[in-house]
Amino acid sequence: MVGITAYGAYVPLFRLSREAIAKGARGEKAISNFDEDSITMAVAAASDCLNGMDRETVDGLYFATTTSPYKEKLGAAIVAMAADLRPDIITADFTNSLRAGTAALMAAIDAVKAGSAKKVLVVAADCRLGTPGSAFEQNFGDGAGALLIGDSDAAVTVDASYSVYNEIMDVWRADGDTFVRSWEDRFSLTHGYLQAVGEAVSGLMRKSKLTPKDFAKAVFYSPDARRYAELAQSLGFDAKTQLQDALFATMGNTGAASPLMLLIAALEEAKAGDRVLLASYGNGSDALVLQVTKQIEKIRDRRGMKGHLASKKVITDYKKYLIWRGLLPQEETPGPVRFFSAPAAWREREANLRLRGVKCQVCGTIQYPPQRVCTHCHTKDQFEPYRLSDKKAKIFTFAMDYVTLALDLPTVTTTIDFDGGGRMECYMTDREPEQVKCGLPVEMSFRKIIDKEGAHIYYWKTMPLRT
Amino acid sequence: MGSIKDKVAIVGMGCTHFGELWDKSYKDLMVDACYEAFEDAGIEPKDIQAAWYGSRESGFTGAHLANALKLEYIPISRVENFCAGGTDTFRNACYGVASGAYDIALACGVEKTKDHMGGFAMYTTTPFDRSMVEWDLPPVSQFAQLATRYLYHYGLSYEEGRRILSKISVKNHHNGTLSPKAHFRREITLEQAMNAPMISYPLNLFDACGMSDGGAAAIVTTPEIAKGMRKDYILVKALALANGAGQATLQPEYDFVHIPETVAAGKAAYKEAEIKNPRKEVDVASVHDCFTITEMLIYEDLGFSPRGKGPEDVEAGTFELTGELPVNTDGGLKCFGHPLSASGLRMIYEVYKQLQGKAGPRQLKKADIGLVHNVGGVNGLFNCAVAIFGRS
Repeated sequence: MVGITAYGAYVPLFRLSREAIAKGARGEKAISNFDEDSITMAVAAASDCLNGMDRETVDGLYFATTTSPYKEKLGAAIVAMAADLRPDIITADFTNSLRAGTAALMAAIDAVKAGSAKKVLVVAADCRLGTPGSAFEQNFGDGAGALLIGDSDAAVTVDASYSVYNEIMDVWRADGDTFVRSWEDRFSLTHGYLQAVGEAVSGLMRKSKLTPKDFAKAVFYSPDARRYAELAQSLGFDAKTQLQDALFATMGNTGAASPLMLLIAALEEAKAGDRVLLASYGNGSDALVLQVTKQIEKIRDRRGMKGHLASKKVITDYKKYLIWRGLLPQEETPGPVRFFSAPAAWREREANLRLRGVKCQVCGTIQYPPQRVCTHCHTKDQFEPYRLSDKKAKIFTFAMDYVTLALDLPTVTTTIDFDGGGRMECYMTDREPEQVKCGLPVEMSFRKIIDKEGAHIYYWKTMPLRT
Repeated sequence: MGSIKDKVAIVGMGCTHFGELWDKSYKDLMVDACYEAFEDAGIEPKDIQAAWYGSRESGFTGAHLANALKLEYIPISRVENFCAGGTDTFRNACYGVASGAYDIALACGVEKTKDHMGGFAMYTTTPFDRSMVEWDLPPVSQFAQLATRYLYHYGLSYEEGRRILSKISVKNHHNGTLSPKAHFRREITLEQAMNAPMISYPLNLFDACGMSDGGAAAIVTTPEIAKGMRKDYILVKALALANGAGQATLQPEYDFVHIPETVAAGKAAYKEAEIKNPRKEVDVASVHDCFTITEMLIYEDLGFSPRGKGPEDVEAGTFELTGELPVNTDGGLKCFGHPLSASGLRMIYEVYKQLQGKAGPRQLKKADIGLVHNVGGVNGLFNCAVAIFGRS
């Protein structure tokens, strides 16, 4: 049976207290660190989803976002590299719409049903910006969700779907805009959101001959908490018992990733046999009927939504948030004198993006970055690739630079030893300076290192184990 | 393998003021350092048969030195080996003389770091445009990683470690006050050094050397020729160079409490100079205190202190001017300043003056054997030069 065979999620470690944006505003929103974007969050969710699974069997990766760092360049390729997937797979970006997440999900299901692929990984991530101080800024949160669609062992089957589109200027962001724009709420929510989702869900019910009572849970994209309850009620769902918590208080609206992330949150609580309704919004709506199988119990060993939501650091410094988002100009560090080289980055792609070291086939020594001559036995060119991105490590030594201008001082650099072998030097992220010490267990996180003339340079950093 | 011992003599040296020399170009520094050396040796520029020029970022070919000094159509090679460049430049000139190819050779190192915003360029392990994924920070974080691990390895608290490192800084500041050409010439208190602003944990501002402009030069010849030039020429006893193979950051076995390149260069130099007990036999040492932790590790790596006992020797004042083995008598990189490729030659200048008994207020009573040590690069990829000198 075709369906969801695994899920994974990612919510950044940091939360901004809404009080920091506007006095009296309640709750907190998930905010990506200065070195995160939709690509890095997608990689984190993909890694969570693929936890312990054979990555060689994945035949496709669909990346859904409205906030790709590139207008022209395939985000899915970067995500697939960092997730260490095979090169001969289908990759595509689904973008420009809040419905990109469900569009990618439905396309993946169709691809697997059609036999074009056996397993397709769908990853949706977003980090949308509202104008400083606006309601959008308060509501928007950052995050990513990943669903693996497979042709067997489905933990969740997809039984029916129904889509509508509606052309309306309600919420948009033009080429060159930094912030999301919208028409007046009363117009755009009534004739946009409520109308389109209403039509899609009603159509789905008719098509599948189901009524709200047949669902254990309903999961809707929603622009805010009030409209969420209003929509559920208008469609005949009991907001108290049937409606999935939309996580406005703890995470915020994660855009194109929202439907997938909320679905994952629902699946974390679901039992075999539960029927779940999923509906997205974005110039129309995609609605799906899903059913949970016994297999769900076998894919629970992930951080998922719960694990990531529980692991957090709340910041109240609004200036820091603006700096992280690049909305406050910063003094520039002198240098560096060397520049980015696309050929060098391309040559090093296996090491830098996949985080593959090598293992010497003669003496077994694991080494990073890949070498031509073995560090230990000096044998030339006899190595096999060795994935380090999923290995835990411990800090051997570190330094914390308080002087070189950066978006988040101190800049921590670490030398780490991987469990199972291999040593690496790299930056550390998502850390409190006080917690950094020799012997600290760390994991690897894919982050943006630098923006250079429009090139986003990604690499791996260490971070304290997220517990 | 042969030996350079007693095959080359220094007959003249020069060294400019070090500091923020806004009014001097790198060519001014070449002229100032070399003409002092010519005068000291009693020769003319035209007597130079070959030259080696050390520079990391101030004049990329030998022609720049030729142009400044009007050395017409002689062979000049540029040497670049990061912070070990100065001593390596000298080493190349010595081999030129020892080979019999040249009678008189010049070694000159000049750096104009302060023409760059911020001192010198950031993390620069590779001279090429690159993928930019390595961390891109000033050198202090490399050495801070050594300090972090040293404290952890020997179970020292931050305060205990800080006190030891700060004492090294206080010593070098004191010695700097006795060096008229030094960049920084003022005493600091232990309290000042301990409470300075952090630059890269666990190293603070006073753990770091000065970033300076400066130049230094040496004239080398054979001992036979030297005898006819002056009585107090100085003999080269050893020249060693060891370059890291990246092993420290590839192999978890590396402990980050020593610098293997320094150990290797030290061993080679002691063997060549026939030194068995460096702590007893070396009278004066100019070592690479780019950061205080580096000087600490050098004490142990060069066998001045037993492993892990550097802090005890610091507490005992072993390396102060009045101590058993004075280190960085002219203020070191910390206070004399650190124009990268000039530093090695500046260190040789100090040892040369000490061995000749011409070191002024900081002159040591006994100075028969002197050692120079430079190390530069990043963990795993250090370039380390050690040279040993004796009196004629």
